[in-house]
Amino acid sequence: MSSLLTLLRPLSKRARLGIGILSFALPLLVWSLVSYVPFLWHPMVRVATPGDVSWFKEGMQLDKADFERERSKVAATAGVVPTGTPANPIFLPAPHEVATALYSAFVTPPVLKGDRWLHESLWQSIQTIFWGFLLSTAVGLPLGIYCGAYAAIARLSEPVIDFIRYMPAPAFGALMVAIFGIHLEPKIAIIVIGTFFQQVLVIANTVRKVDPALVEAAQTLGAKPRQLVWKVFVPACLPDLYNDLRILLGWAWTYLIVAEVVGVSSGITFFINQQAKYRNFPNVYAAIIIIGILGLAGDLLLAFVGERLFAWKTLRPSLTRRLFQRLLGNRTPLFTGEIPKED
Amino acid sequence: MDSLSSLQTPEVAARFTRLKERPVVLDVRGLGRSFAGEQGPVTALENISFEVRRREFLCVLGPSGCGKSTLIRLIAGLDLPTSGQILLDGKEVHGPGSDRGMVFQGYTLFPWRTVKQNVMFGLEMRGEDKPMSEREALQWLHLVGLEKFADSYPLQLSGGMKQRVAIARALANNPRILLMDEPFGALDAQTRANMQQHLLQIWRNVDITVLFITHDLDEAIHLADRILVLKPHPGRIHELIEVPVPRPRSPGQVNDPVFRATKAHIESLIHPPAPLVKPNETLPLFRLTQRGDDVE
Repeated sequence: MSSLLTLLRPLSKRARLGIGILSFALPLLVWSLVSYVPFLWHPMVRVATPGDVSWFKEGMQLDKADFERERSKVAATAGVVPTGTPANPIFLPAPHEVATALYSAFVTPPVLKGDRWLHESLWQSIQTIFWGFLLSTAVGLPLGIYCGAYAAIARLSEPVIDFIRYMPAPAFGALMVAIFGIHLEPKIAIIVIGTFFQQVLVIANTVRKVDPALVEAAQTLGAKPRQLVWKVFVPACLPDLYNDLRILLGWAWTYLIVAEVVGVSSGITFFINQQAKYRNFPNVYAAIIIIGILGLAGDLLLAFVGERLFAWKTLRPSLTRRLFQRLLGNRTPLFTGEIPKED
Repeated sequence: MDSLSSLQTPEVAARFTRLKERPVVLDVRGLGRSFAGEQGPVTALENISFEVRRREFLCVLGPSGCGKSTLIRLIAGLDLPTSGQILLDGKEVHGPGSDRGMVFQGYTLFPWRTVKQNVMFGLEMRGEDKPMSEREALQWLHLVGLEKFADSYPLQLSGGMKQRVAIARALANNPRILLMDEPFGALDAQTRANMQQHLLQIWRNVDITVLFITHDLDEAIHLADRILVLKPHPGRIHELIEVPVPRPRSPGQVNDPVFRATKAHIESLIHPPAPLVKPNETLPLFRLTQRGDDVE
């Protein structure tokens, strides 16, 4: 145990895996306890048999105190007493209900004709994110790089970007609807607004952190300013830029929900709102969890790819890296991780 | 000075005469550089003038704070002088250029490029075609004995190997002068000695003029034709010394009388003999050991 808490010592492979699983298992355990152990919380009662209480119905849920009052009233008149089981509020379904919903939500047809299935909603959300992030990056990445490399460009653009950055993206909702209509376009615009301004500043900062000695060395080798940007600044910080984009993609996901209520509600947000309206809370949780899974899976995939893309930084021989190097047409003999011996 | 020139054998004296007949590559005239400080400007360099001739090996030597690094950065064009001028082949220097190759004290290989791609960098900037510059790069790597590592990444190399690649990278650009800013300062003693031998060998085989900065007396005497000794606050020229140690140089010469006399002379310039503690002044001392535990 004490070895786990030693400072500056990396965890063993087993400990990493174990603690990683624990980080998901602990919240799940708390949730299960609250759901399955009746005396822990359960502030409500679910009616099993209504007895002689006229307004009780089988399956309805009400506060424990209200149930007790009605029960004692009926008991006093010697009628048939109602029975019920302790229950949690409807907004907290048990884990197994959500787990079932993770499957059933996909196969249950939408209640209203014309509404979207869950997978259609998800696909719409993914498209919104993809186009929003792509548009933002197409402009933000080169602008950020130039800001980082040239002080004059940074001075021209950064003050105003800093100013706009503090305006919450949803505040532009009505405006975007007026400009782009009510369908996917204003939603993509909100994601762009939410991502772009942060992106420029973050990328400019990363580019500024490039070791000036490398830039000076390139200058003494005859590199011109334009060449310095694309042959030194960019390759030197490419792994960091890649990580920046990964983090920014996470931010884009957080803007998704507010973006999707702009105009005609769409995508996963529409699905969630609709299910909440029908008080189908297991489906709401299922949808939220699916967003988390999509985000995390995407991020893990990008991290995996990144580690193998930048061979010079990690120097770990790997089959995947060779594949990437082949794909990217790197014509130098492939790095196998073996270092030749000096004579 | 006279004492040193009297140590020159006829062969060494003849070498210096031949050296002085060669054309001037680098001409530094009245160079000065001051920086803005909290209490007015601080002068780092003042009135530095010297010439470096073709294929000469000149060392710049001085204690820390004498402006050695400022001087080489000015010559490289990475910094601008506040007075005076720098002429390379008679043309004034404005800003960095590929005619002055530089090897830095820190490792400045591009980590995302393989060793070969590092050496090709300058040629690539000039727009040379790829197969041609690749051949050339391999040639330079062969010269520094690292062609086996052409496809390794800098992260895989030891410090000495990195600096050898840096030398090859600078030379591949075909510069008029090679500027070296304490290039072996971060290496261990053994590697350092090897690198000095390597460098002398390269210098013999390549048509290159070298300006080498160091604070190590042995290194300067071992490598240089002439040594420019600077003194600090502000950085000025103390003396320009012709090293009387004959070539070819070898590490064993450290014990030669000529080598030792040269070293003694430079040492007296850099560290003028002065008593550190006046005789009637004693340092306050505390005894932190047991009595009877004396080491002396």
